[in-house]
Amino acid sequence: MRVVFDFLTRTRGKYHFTRSDVITYLYLSMGTIMMAGPLIWLVLSSFKPQQQLVRFPPSLLPYRQETAIVSGYDQALDLYDVTFEDGTTRRLAQVSRVGIEARMVDPTTPNEIIKVNINQRQPAESLYFGLDNYTRGVTKFDFWTYLKNSLVVTVVATILTLLVNSMAAFGLSKYQFHGRNAILIIIISTLMVPLSVILIPVFLVISQVGWTNNLLGVIVPAAATPTGVFLLRQYMLTIPDELLDSARIDGASEWRIYWQIVLPLAGPALAVLAIFSVMWRWNDFLWPLIVLNRKELFTLQVGLNSFQGEFNTQWDMVLAMTVLTVLPVTVVFAFLQKYITTGIATTGMK
Amino acid sequence: MTSVPISKPISYPRREPNVLSRALHWLMHLIDLVVVPIQRRVGMRRMAWFFVLPNLLIFGIFILLPMLLNFYYAFTGSTNLQPQDRPFVGTANLQALFTCEDFLNPITCKEDIFWRAVWNTGTFVVFQVGGIVLVSLATAVALNQRIRARGFFRSIFFYPVLLSPVVVALIWKWILQRDGLLNALLTVLGADTIPFLLNPDWSRFWVIVVSIWAQMGFYTLILLAGLQAIPTDYYEAAQIDGADNRRTFRYITFPLLMPTLLVVLVLSLIRAVQVFDQAFALTGGGPGTATTYVVQYIYNTGFTSPSRQAGLAAAASVVLAAVLMLLTLTQLRLGRRTEENV
Repeated sequence: MRVVFDFLTRTRGKYHFTRSDVITYLYLSMGTIMMAGPLIWLVLSSFKPQQQLVRFPPSLLPYRQETAIVSGYDQALDLYDVTFEDGTTRRLAQVSRVGIEARMVDPTTPNEIIKVNINQRQPAESLYFGLDNYTRGVTKFDFWTYLKNSLVVTVVATILTLLVNSMAAFGLSKYQFHGRNAILIIIISTLMVPLSVILIPVFLVISQVGWTNNLLGVIVPAAATPTGVFLLRQYMLTIPDELLDSARIDGASEWRIYWQIVLPLAGPALAVLAIFSVMWRWNDFLWPLIVLNRKELFTLQVGLNSFQGEFNTQWDMVLAMTVLTVLPVTVVFAFLQKYITTGIATTGMK
Repeated sequence: MTSVPISKPISYPRREPNVLSRALHWLMHLIDLVVVPIQRRVGMRRMAWFFVLPNLLIFGIFILLPMLLNFYYAFTGSTNLQPQDRPFVGTANLQALFTCEDFLNPITCKEDIFWRAVWNTGTFVVFQVGGIVLVSLATAVALNQRIRARGFFRSIFFYPVLLSPVVVALIWKWILQRDGLLNALLTVLGADTIPFLLNPDWSRFWVIVVSIWAQMGFYTLILLAGLQAIPTDYYEAAQIDGADNRRTFRYITFPLLMPTLLVVLVLSLIRAVQVFDQAFALTGGGPGTATTYVVQYIYNTGFTSPSRQAGLAAAASVVLAAVLMLLTLTQLRLGRRTEENV
């Protein structure tokens, strides 16, 4: 026993497993259950067929009712485990059910009907990860349309954001000109005013420009992020001006300096901004909700929200579509985890 | 598996630029052809404007202009959206918002839903910010211990930050619904089921819990970075002096973490005051107006209500912006003081 305990509490280095270690691990495991539990439950539930989803209390894992083809019956019959009064159990197929009485047959002797009280039988089930919810959901939900819109918005907006923000950051960090500080102050002061505060006038401006029900209305306004300009400018300030001057002496145009010297050197900051921009645009809800009200233009988030309102009780498809919507973010996170976490820790932005 | 001959010299193949980067290269060259004459015209100095202009244009039209327009809306009336059709009404909109016999009792107010939203937001902010600071601090301290699989735990706690408000709301709706997982657990424990999202108090409670769940990873990360910035010498010295864990935390970790903690506090405050999308997708503002917050009031008044009272909504925005401005100024001041101390 002692050996087992020592083995379990062995730690690296000279430190022993102390009470605070136990508390730490306990806290972290409980936290893990709290944080990951809802997500695991979502994924598990998304594989369950509708009749399993409405069952209460729910089962943990997705199951499927087992069926058998019995000679003399056209359709496959549901299988049940029936417990008789004498304690024996048999696996029978249900032919029909009237009230609390089920008429069942033994698949091996199809001609003999056995009448069973429904309380005596338990459905025979096997573990089954069905993709039925996904295939049905994808057609009902217009998944591909929404995915296309989301992809267009995310990709175009991110490219535009990177281009426009890096140009502005270059101009604001590498040149001395009248009005530079005024521009900087205005940009930084709007860092703190969120979209939610100016919903109505933004909508008015977009409708004046004629971009309501147009993906451009979602893409362009968010491209001039003050956060992005600020982040990139701070980074570009660290690039030595001598580098630029020597390029100028060699006859490079300002655009070439921007494109071939400053941009490559600002790579790490651009990468951070790119990741954040993808996350922002992919998860954006409020802005597309205001700008778009034609269904064929919805992004995944807006589509998902209206889908859950429309099919309130059809959780099977809603859950499957939620999983599909989360999938791209998860993949991005899995690959770029390090950049994302260090990006947040150093810049404190989201 | 074939063995690799070790003696063979390693050759580094020259990487051929792929189609995409070559296309980009040519595109930039084309732009250069257009830009060079401009540069010749305006001179090197003023090229700065060329770089700043696109961003400034988008920024001016879609952020700055709406901000100014918002003030215009706040001081003009009628249900027309076009600015030229709106008569000037002075502070009538603001007065309508603040006409109240007893501010603690929303029913006595002219715009009772606004004051309900204000009080809802107030309670939300107090409990959500308090909760999130405590939970993130505890988690960051736990993650900063000498533990195995730190990266794994950190990812688990952080992951929900990346989920969209709609997804977060759906995940929890599925758990909280009448025959959801939580009620199943309650039944197993022998308790009665609770219609969580149909009860005002439970709805408020769960909106807070869900938003803590979704955002805590972000603040944990910032606090963890703050903890790791504390030099280990201090802890070694404390150990030599024989300080126990509690005293070490009280006299070393806590004071040195204070600046980061303040940043987290203000950031989460700014965010909590704007609570909307996630709560909206989870409860729709209900039951009744139990989880209607100020931003949702703005959204409802300006967009979904049949009368579309943009003036009122804009006036409420101005009030909200003032609160946010105050919070941000606090943050800037705190940030400056922190920098001075370092």
